[in-house]
Amino acid sequence: MAKYLLIDFGSTFTKLTAVDSEIGDIFASANHFTTVDTDITIGYKNALDHLYKTIGHPVVFDRVVACSSAAGGLKMAAIGLVEELTVEAAKRVCLGAGAKVDLVFSHHLNSSEVELIKTKKIDIILLAGGSDGGNSECVLFNAKMLSNANLGIPIVYGGNKSVQDEIKSIFDQHHVNGHIVDNVMPRINQLNVKQARDKIRDLFLKNIIEAKGIKKIESEIDKVVLPTPEAVLKACELLAKGYMNEPGLGEVVVVDVGGATTDLYSISEPSKRGDVIITGLEEPYAKRTVEGDLGMRYSATGILKALTKEEIMMINLEKGIDIEKEINERNINVGMLPQNQKEELIDRLLAEMCVYKAMNRHAGKMEEIYTPMGMVHHQTGKDLTDIDIVIGTGGVIIKSTDPKQILAKTTNVFRNDFELRPRHPKFFIDSTYSLYAMGLLSEFDPVLALKIMKKHLTQV
Amino acid sequence: MKSIVIGVIGADVHAVGNKIIDYTLSNLGYNVINIGVLSSQEDFINAAIESDAELILVSSLYGHGEIDCRGMRQKCIESGIGDIFLYVGGNIVVGKQDFSEVKQRFLQMGFNRVYPPGISIDMAINDIKNDLGE
Ligand code: B12
Repeated sequence: MAKYLLIDFGSTFTKLTAVDSEIGDIFASANHFTTVDTDITIGYKNALDHLYKTIGHPVVFDRVVACSSAAGGLKMAAIGLVEELTVEAAKRVCLGAGAKVDLVFSHHLNSSEVELIKTKKIDIILLAGGSDGGNSECVLFNAKMLSNANLGIPIVYGGNKSVQDEIKSIFDQHHVNGHIVDNVMPRINQLNVKQARDKIRDLFLKNIIEAKGIKKIESEIDKVVLPTPEAVLKACELLAKGYMNEPGLGEVVVVDVGGATTDLYSISEPSKRGDVIITGLEEPYAKRTVEGDLGMRYSATGILKALTKEEIMMINLEKGIDIEKEINERNINVGMLPQNQKEELIDRLLAEMCVYKAMNRHAGKMEEIYTPMGMVHHQTGKDLTDIDIVIGTGGVIIKSTDPKQILAKTTNVFRNDFELRPRHPKFFIDSTYSLYAMGLLSEFDPVLALKIMKKHLTQV
Repeated sequence: MKSIVIGVIGADVHAVGNKIIDYTLSNLGYNVINIGVLSSQEDFINAAIESDAELILVSSLYGHGEIDCRGMRQKCIESGIGDIFLYVGGNIVVGKQDFSEVKQRFLQMGFNRVYPPGISIDMAINDIKNDLGE
């Protein structure tokens, strides 16, 4: 018998979810604007007041833990050597740690790239490059470039292990807050996430939330334990795998369309067919991708950029709207909420486009190659074709009058057989917006978290 | 003595030409590291790192060479041997395609020299000598 309060300090809202282990369910939830610019505790206390009001009286919680994506979330720069190899590996590690990857660099850094790290206010740098025993010249060069720039932010080195000592002394010489972890790509095409990801999470909790004024909340609550996207990723993984005697749902895809980004999570074996040749960097079982150019408000113009002139004309004709105008309006007025049926319809259309495009980048591709030995299939990326469950979360989807339409855009709507999208999944929504909370809860009561998630998923 | 890694890439089992290449280059005084048939890109690269080779000579006879060779230069770069010479020859694509286009594609993939079908190893010896400086 225990009561838990689970909090998400989001970029706009601070959300509270109260769980009672005795009834085995959520018993109240509330939210209020996040106030990290002034004092994060104000918004929290307001949300808490709301919560007490819905319950009818104050509650003493046994545990109060939070995740956070406030103040820009965790902003990272991923640096590697070759685009398809260590750059991609570094990027995946950052995304898996719940970061926003604002900058991606390959080969030798130049001074304007280093300058961008400053102007974009990057929180942590992940520096990779070279397989173990492989190229070391580039990471040494980049470590010096970064150290000389006096950036004052932590740098995690996850490159060629052969020069760890040299890298360490470069960091030490320049008094850089440097950290050495295992190579993110120790051998060609082998992805090694764990140590780098744990270090990033550690730095987030020790340094970053402090720097962003979030840590101060720890006088009110027990602890901030995760970046929000990592909490969601943990929830998804638990939901898929199950825990002890409590079965999971099997492989899942989770879709989150937000104002600034569209996030996709897939918890699944990368490949299930014996008759294909897999190429490229190893794919993670729990994969997260974030599309910074696809979103409903801040990044709405990215949707426009992804469309051709003909497509824009088609949409305008078919729907009787001016899509460019609608998108620009939403981009200027980011707080806009749909007021009528038409606006709601346009929002749904935008969400559908975000989901379609984001899945296009998340899902793997199959290539058919004719050889003297007959047809051979080459797979790059993850095969999601037999995914059974697609879950939608985030305001746009949850509040939509027709979430199924949006989620259906994860599937192969244009019948392109070379895209390994889900074929015939069932669609669910996280109607109480509790995935993040269950990710937090899973840290100390995974069975309860799993039961609650299963209860609150609504098929659409 | 300069080292050259040779082998047949991918799922290709054509072994005779490979033996002849080994014999020819060894007789010329090169240190030949022959990794044989059914070799992956990584096998070539690992052998080149271990032997400090200056040239990787890829054979592909069964017509599947283009897909087998993709991304090889990038892997060399990560592996610290980004400047190594990469040659490819044999019957690198299926059937009779316009070879100048085929060659262009392989050059773009980062191969230094690309040989059409019918070019035996003897006809490439001058190139090897030029590139390796002997
Ligand atoms: C013998 C043979 C086989 C034997 C191989 C036995 C073995 N373990 O070696 C077996 C029966 C197993 C076989 C199988 C197949 N084969 Co076969 N095979 C041949 C054959 C008849 C002779 C090959 C040979 O040994 N030649 C003699 C050597 C000395 O020459 P070479 O291999 O060409 O190598 C020289 C040059 O190419 C060059 N060279 C090679 N690499 C390089 C690299 C560089 C950088 C340079 C400069 C030069 C160079 O130098 C070498 C020495 O001088 C050829 C046809 C032919 N006449 O070439 C077909 C041939 C190569 N095979 C072919 C095919 C299609 C196949 C199969 C796919 C058939 C099938 N459908 O199952 C399978 C593939 C199996 C596999 N996974 O690899 C085709 C390839 C077509 C293409 N590329 O477009 C060919 C050309 C026949 C044809 N005309 O259709 N095959």
